[in-house]
Amino acid sequence: MTSAGGAAAVVGVADAVSPTGELDGTLRAIEVGVVREALADAGLTLVDVDAVACCTGGIGMPSLELAEYLGVHPKWTDSTQTGGSSFELQLEHMVDAIAAGRCHTGLIVYAATPRSARKRGGARFSGSAGQASMAASGTVAPRLEWEMPYGMLTPMGEYALAAARHMDVYGTTSEQLAQIAVSTREWAALNPKARYRDPLTVDEVVASPLQAAPLHKLDCCLVTDGAAAIVVTAADRARDLASPPAYVLGAATASAHYMISQAPEITVTCGADSGARALAQAGVTAADIDVTQIYDSFTITVLLALEDLGFCAKGEGGPFVADGRLGPGGSCPAQTSGGGLSYTHPGMFGLFLLVEAARQLRGGCGERQVPRAEVAVAHGCGGAMSSTGTIVLGTEATL
Amino acid sequence: MSGRPLPPESPEGAPFWDATRERRLVLPWCKDCAAAFWFPRAACPRCLSTAIEWRPASGQGTVYAASAQHVPANQAMADRVPYAVALVDLDEGVRLMSNVVGCAADDVHAGMAVQVTWEALEDGRHLPQFEPVPGGRS
Repeated sequence: MTSAGGAAAVVGVADAVSPTGELDGTLRAIEVGVVREALADAGLTLVDVDAVACCTGGIGMPSLELAEYLGVHPKWTDSTQTGGSSFELQLEHMVDAIAAGRCHTGLIVYAATPRSARKRGGARFSGSAGQASMAASGTVAPRLEWEMPYGMLTPMGEYALAAARHMDVYGTTSEQLAQIAVSTREWAALNPKARYRDPLTVDEVVASPLQAAPLHKLDCCLVTDGAAAIVVTAADRARDLASPPAYVLGAATASAHYMISQAPEITVTCGADSGARALAQAGVTAADIDVTQIYDSFTITVLLALEDLGFCAKGEGGPFVADGRLGPGGSCPAQTSGGGLSYTHPGMFGLFLLVEAARQLRGGCGERQVPRAEVAVAHGCGGAMSSTGTIVLGTEATL
Repeated sequence: MSGRPLPPESPEGAPFWDATRERRLVLPWCKDCAAAFWFPRAACPRCLSTAIEWRPASGQGTVYAASAQHVPANQAMADRVPYAVALVDLDEGVRLMSNVVGCAADDVHAGMAVQVTWEALEDGRHLPQFEPVPGGRS
């Protein structure tokens, strides 16, 4: 058994407590305090940090929300919550990531104010458990204070803003976005498990009711029940099992923000970062990818990912997809299960990307099999384009 | 009067909201970076300094991106549909989310020059909104 023995070290520490059992200030202010002290203890600054782990605070993605608050854009992030052992588990993950060269300097942060909350008494407003706990800590999640009051429709509002700017800057059209939905439906027609399999036209997509402009209803993913699971093992065990393995040739993730108003540039996702690193790790470029699985939360999500992964130049995603090349028989087969747009979408589609990528590499997709698929990319995008993860998979022949 | 749900108010955001009671737009300013930042928080997101003061903003800005909501996000917005949600780049170098009013929601586009206006909330605060600058800007 190998270990990361000695590959990483704890170099800065801080704790904040009080003889009264109560700390002053909001949860975030207290976190900032210990972060500052630990960085100073290490002789480092925020600029040196490229990894963030945190499982407390926030309203859904604790480590991304903390990273955004601190102004850090992490290459590696972890929100794993296992109770009191969370921090040791996060360190275990972080050490392996550092040893593998995925990041070099990370923060692990924790703060909670249950005693003050008890005195304050209860949440000020209803909502998720995260919201209640933030309210009890005397603060408000920034998205609730600085974005939601303006009536942005969710979950498509953020993506609609990206699509609108992409149209304003690059001249991308609704018809080009609609073609993505049409090509995806062509794959769904070949998948007996897909929710919608009837042929779809660009006109039908563009005629479907506008949600948050420019996104129409058929530019948006489904709402369905669904589940998925994958099994992962070491390469030397993989060869003797029941199904042909899909080897992980490259894996990288990135995050730039949590909420859309904090995104540095909304027509470029952090997929440009995770994609570049994952493809480089695998020793491939977009031209080497035989089959592509991009999280199609919305048609614009696919278009931005194609640009950011290097299938085409920034701004050229519209013309790139317009000839239907993403569909069966096309030069860039993508979302071959029928995607979140036509196959299934229970809320977070990313695991289904890996299932379909692995199935394609085994040759087990029947009517929707992409011929001679040896290298696949699976690209997940979460939140308000807050985080991306790019995985390159390959058959035995690619090793 | 607005009819919108009242925005929650954080301790860090209180100076911003207090200024809105007088229809004043103020921004948090890091004295160590000598620059504004957004959103209000306990420390500057560039350098973690807590040397923060609040400075008045001109109210002038440029639309970075805008989307007309054709489905209301909540009941209070139902009779405003379609309404424009926008990301606005203020002249002071920060970007915030708001609404653009005073023109057709579907007409708001990136690059449009806007200036702040105010929507009264039931608790005496005002919600910043933006409207097109008459005749644009040079």
